[in-house]
Amino acid sequence: MSAQILPFASPASACGSSHGECHDPRVADHPCYSKDAHHKYARLHLPVAPACNIQCNYCNRKYDCSNESRPGVVSEVLSPEEAARKVLAVADAIPQLSVVGIAGPGDAFANWPRTSATLRAVKKMLPALKLCLSSNGLNVAPHVGELAELGVDHVTLTINTLEPEIAARIYPWVFWEHKRWRGLEAAEILIREQWRAAAALTAAGVLVKINSVYIPGLNDDELPKISAKAAGMGVAIHNIMPLISDPAHGTHFGLSGQRAPSEEEIESVRARCAAHLPQMGHCHQCRADAVGMLGEDRGAEFAREHLDSLTLDAQAIAARHAAVQASLKAGGGQSWKIAVASADGQRIDQHFGHAEAFRIYESDGQSVKLVALRRTAAYCQGPSDCGDDDAALPKLVQSLADCAAILAVRIGHAPWKKLEQAGIQPVVEHAFASIEASVLAVAQKLLEQVQEAHTKRA
Amino acid sequence: MALSITDRCIDCWACMTVCPNAAIAHVEGLFVIDPQRCTECLGDYAAPQCASICPAEGAIENEWGEALNPPGSLTPAIAGAKES
Ligand code: SF4
Ligand code: SF4
Repeated sequence: MSAQILPFASPASACGSSHGECHDPRVADHPCYSKDAHHKYARLHLPVAPACNIQCNYCNRKYDCSNESRPGVVSEVLSPEEAARKVLAVADAIPQLSVVGIAGPGDAFANWPRTSATLRAVKKMLPALKLCLSSNGLNVAPHVGELAELGVDHVTLTINTLEPEIAARIYPWVFWEHKRWRGLEAAEILIREQWRAAAALTAAGVLVKINSVYIPGLNDDELPKISAKAAGMGVAIHNIMPLISDPAHGTHFGLSGQRAPSEEEIESVRARCAAHLPQMGHCHQCRADAVGMLGEDRGAEFAREHLDSLTLDAQAIAARHAAVQASLKAGGGQSWKIAVASADGQRIDQHFGHAEAFRIYESDGQSVKLVALRRTAAYCQGPSDCGDDDAALPKLVQSLADCAAILAVRIGHAPWKKLEQAGIQPVVEHAFASIEASVLAVAQKLLEQVQEAHTKRA
Repeated sequence: MALSITDRCIDCWACMTVCPNAAIAHVEGLFVIDPQRCTECLGDYAAPQCASICPAEGAIENEWGEALNPPGSLTPAIAGAKES
């Protein structure tokens, strides 16, 4: 499997596949789009776009808590020059860096001069990088020509409804053509511009993803309609994101008691949307300044105050980056994180649900090293309730999001399914075997799969 | 004749991107309007641009200390909630 994006079949896949498997190479290499790629490639979001041109009822720009992990929240705003330097520093430390995105903290297109200057500088330094942007869509269409010229290959548009009446309950105002618009007028402008943007982007050959925030009771039936309309325009993929409505975040929806959707509601809406477009099943709603592989955030290492003291040899970094990117594309030079449930540290000797900690190993198929010990709250309380709908399970799976596989003595049916959905391979065939030999065997198998996929694609 | 920015500002940078006179600066972490440059957008636009994009109620005032976006003008009302 080279780029399985979704757990659902998709008869109308924009990538011309009938099994929800997407062979578009632009998707296969993207850590945010492809389940496989997110173990292999790293991405960096640059917080260069502070201003926003609309207000959403699920966003509160006032708070920037370092414990937060939701879009629209960043701890520092970088100038285009600082951002370019950060990219270089990250590429030096993590040459697997393959995607650089601008997602906020405001809107990439509401800060167009800063966004375009950053893209230009980054592309000039490290031409192998993919550039992606995300936006509410309001101010995208006027810049599509320049995007193509800059070599931007992915744009994400957040579209939550097709109906102005519903949009007016999600967006209190928009700033458009030098004026603040409210209510239905604002909603009509926004929806019109969003679809104008989607059409212009796909026509220009840019890969388009649509994000939709699922607000139960408000846009349940809108989401499949968005999928259908987007499919007709050549949009590649749809990502349904559950509303985050904790009142502590101070958003309008949070304060007014709008609830978040349940897991079942999300699954059912995704299944309805999958009739039209491939669905993204493993979004981590990462912070707008996220650094590193999906699921781990190494932002603090590259904070502004550390950047100044680094000496960076731009030419050497660029050369090494180009070499590593080429080798990654060819299926080599990579390693995987593999989680192990073990009490004695020698053998795989624990059930998934009983483990109080997971040992995280890294292997390239040749050597094995222990890289982390992650504590968990063992979520399974006894043999009879092996976690079918336990609330701790999604958290647990999320904490292993950067791992390609998990090795345990036994893994229950519910966690097995959840792990698979998150792109983490559950493995029980090495029960009670030595950790080192088993991790090595699993890594070798992963390597074979990648090489196989690569020969098939070539 | 000029507008000014109060401590209700949430540092979002939006006003700076839309001012036709480059009258807004980011100085030591605070956004300030240069009264020599600010024209209240007269002659350029029908409404002051900074106040038309600012998301924070009470953050931009005229010379009489009146908020251009008074409390309740930018966020939908929440039943039972108190003004802060
Ligand atoms: S009123 Fe107009 S000129 Fe004055 S600061 Fe605001 S945007 Fe600039
Ligand atoms: S737009 Fe308003 S909140 Fe944002 S920086 Fe300007 S004054 Fe502050």
